[in-house]
Amino acid sequence: MSGQGQFGAALLDPAQPAPKALRNPFGGSAGKRFDVYRNNVAVSLTQALETGFPTIAKLVGDDFFKAMAGVYLRANPPADPRLALYGTSFPGFLARFAPVAHLRYLPDVARLDLGLRQSYHAADAAPFDTTGIDPAAVMALSPRLAPATLVLSSRHPVHGIWRYNTTEGAPKPAPGAQDVLLARKGFDPMPYLLPPGGLTFARALKGRLTLSDAMTRTLADHPKADIAALVTLFFTSGALTGEPDRHS
Amino acid sequence: MLDTTAPRALPLAAGIGFKSRHFAGLIEAPGPVAWLEVHAENYMGNGGRPLAQLRALAERFPISVHGVGLSIGGERALDRDHLARLRHLCGWLQPASFSEHLAWSTHDTGFLNDLLPLPYTAATLTRVAVHIDEVQTTLGRRMLLENPSTYLAFADSEMAEVEFLAELARRTGCGLLLDVNNVFVSATNQGWDARAYIDAFPLDAVGEIHLGGHDEDTDDQDRPLLIDSHGRPVVDPVWTLYAHTIARGGPRPTLIEWDTDVPPLPELLDEAARATAILQAAEVTR
Repeated sequence: MSGQGQFGAALLDPAQPAPKALRNPFGGSAGKRFDVYRNNVAVSLTQALETGFPTIAKLVGDDFFKAMAGVYLRANPPADPRLALYGTSFPGFLARFAPVAHLRYLPDVARLDLGLRQSYHAADAAPFDTTGIDPAAVMALSPRLAPATLVLSSRHPVHGIWRYNTTEGAPKPAPGAQDVLLARKGFDPMPYLLPPGGLTFARALKGRLTLSDAMTRTLADHPKADIAALVTLFFTSGALTGEPDRHS
Repeated sequence: MLDTTAPRALPLAAGIGFKSRHFAGLIEAPGPVAWLEVHAENYMGNGGRPLAQLRALAERFPISVHGVGLSIGGERALDRDHLARLRHLCGWLQPASFSEHLAWSTHDTGFLNDLLPLPYTAATLTRVAVHIDEVQTTLGRRMLLENPSTYLAFADSEMAEVEFLAELARRTGCGLLLDVNNVFVSATNQGWDARAYIDAFPLDAVGEIHLGGHDEDTDDQDRPLLIDSHGRPVVDPVWTLYAHTIARGGPRPTLIEWDTDVPPLPELLDEAARATAILQAAEVTR
């Protein structure tokens, strides 16, 4: 193995001794001096994960999170220097990490944390603005989901879990599946609980259907959907973009 | 080799490393801060607050883009995708300066998120020079290369760090970023004379100076081991070494680096004011 190959492998594996070519400048082996680099790598990547998955850190507690992050980062160091992208495989890791196997909701909550981070860094887009357009004409428009808009579907109450852990006085989450809309108005993304039919509505807009057709499809799949509340949520959350054609 | 006749574009004044939480304060009352430095890798997303803040800051301040992940000292070829991202950033931002480190961070295992050391040999010199040429050619500009903080030595090193850096600057035409705190940290950790290091340094090639704080520890032999943490004020011996550097080489754009346990803005402005006083004293006596 090359010099840097050995150095890198030993950095990530505390059981390995420091490579022999490394010395204490005052004589002897590098010893604790190599550990400075080991520590820098582990601490900085653990911190990146803690910043990137705040709800997971809250759920499992600081000490446990740090220990778990240590296991993850040694097997999955970042693929490139953009730490804002670090941890895309963390939800999958949580699904396989035996000590948290009983916390079945954890991977989806991690996907929510990751989604918020992706939304934060996503491209800016002008909000869908229907000012001055006849309401009937608006229904014939096809707004797009903004680049910062993401939709999550979970068998667990992920929105309730997120809210319970981030908002004082929020109710304790009850078991049950939840779909979540992540949308960014301005610069701060927010998770919204998607009511029944929300997933269908989002998919219809993703497929470039008009608002009218998307609403029709949503009601066909979910006859009891509160379509007015759904449309209002998408309009007010900043989830939509697209310059309406004002000549239509 | 790139044409290196382009003038230094950062002002001969104090700057600070930009932190998002200081955005409003810097726009309102920047005090002695004449320019800002950002870490390149934090501005490689597609949009959102980071890019919006950077665009707004660039209208008011000269910006220095400081890369922390290119792995110029790496054994592997430079990451072309990462170079392309740097070119894109420097392309739209047109920063006053671009700098990176004499260190490596990426190998087969992935990106290790630290500035790792390399032995100073004829072979590593050639390799690093090729990488610097590639960066300067890709970005179409002269880059500055920063001296590292180091904690250990390599059995196979053949030359002194200053000699290595001077030869790199000579071969590639790159400028140098002299981190005076790194000099102090490495000199303590390696048993060098910090002042002799500065006196041997090719100060004419220096386009920027860094000042920052460090932590104090000891090694297995109970010798002092300083850690480059950027989490404290600059210590007095580093201010003294900085004043010596400026007295010897003349004023240079000087950055206060503070990356962990970041204090409120006024504390950074105080550090910047202290650097400004030393820069202005040097102007007067020249």
